[in-house]
Amino acid sequence: MPILPKKKVGIVACSGEEMPEGTVSRVAALKVLEELRPNYTVTICLPLFLAGGEGDRAFARFYPTVAIDGCEKRCAALATEMYSGKPAASIVVTEVIRRNGLGPIRGPRRLNEAGMQAADLVAQEVAHLVDELLGRTGREARGRGGGGDRRGFRGRGSGHFPLLLRLRHPGAEGGGERAGGHPHRAAGHL
Amino acid sequence: MSPNRRVVIVPCSGIGKTFGTVSREAAYTVVEDLRPDTTELVALSLLVLGDEEARAAVAEHPTITIDGCRLACATKMVQESGFTVARSFTVLDAFRKHRDLKPEGISSLNPEGQKLARVLAEEVAEAVDELAKVYPDNGGSDADSA
Repeated sequence: MPILPKKKVGIVACSGEEMPEGTVSRVAALKVLEELRPNYTVTICLPLFLAGGEGDRAFARFYPTVAIDGCEKRCAALATEMYSGKPAASIVVTEVIRRNGLGPIRGPRRLNEAGMQAADLVAQEVAHLVDELLGRTGREARGRGGGGDRRGFRGRGSGHFPLLLRLRHPGAEGGGERAGGHPHRAAGHL
Repeated sequence: MSPNRRVVIVPCSGIGKTFGTVSREAAYTVVEDLRPDTTELVALSLLVLGDEEARAAVAEHPTITIDGCRLACATKMVQESGFTVARSFTVLDAFRKHRDLKPEGISSLNPEGQKLARVLAEEVAEAVDELAKVYPDNGGSDADSA
């Protein structure tokens, strides 16, 4: 019996370095990937995606993605749509800030308190979207890190994609240098 | 871009790898600490997706890219967007020269990673100064103020 790849959600963050909201998108994405839903999400590297990384682009064609954008320019969502397919869900940091009445966000390099609060809120919203997209509900979805079920995904639907869709992109990790290794999986390395 | 800022810095923007974090930290160190008056950050995605302000900045000023890994996404994308890269740096090359500074961590870098970012930033700052001599038309250098 072949081991089938588990269905996961790709997270695409705009990461815009020139504005604090871009940093919020990056911090929120990392929080989802590392803490909230590590077993159910993979990162899609936006620069690699833009530069033609086939592994990342193929992933986003076949698997659901959530775009996290810093501002209304929506670079992450646009790029995903342009090169793969429309993201299954999209979040704009400035909207979350406005909706929750958070104070001014400062510090593209080191976020202020309001910025960290915004990142937490965005991360929580993304985690909920991931659960919805994977059909995870109830106790399973509430388990810390999405890791309560280490036997594998058991949400609604099959939860697994055909072996045909297993994606590989040997160059996606910039391999060869251990120090640059990837602690959480990239989309090209399901 | 303010008229006296004459060098654009484009880091790799990757969020999934330690090297991407080092490239971003190095870029911030140049723009905020070492050469705040003569450099400006431009986000790669804005440039590639055609943001007019980002494109104008790169078109009008020499550009330095800081890539995380050998895939060199920042350099490739600046070039494929039709612009010239004046100088390019990679974290990987910096690490090869400073094997004792093994970076770890993504959300926050370990002390070695922070040192590596600083070393790389200082190299980039030197390149900024060299470019300021080649393109002296937009105001003074802040090399002495760092």
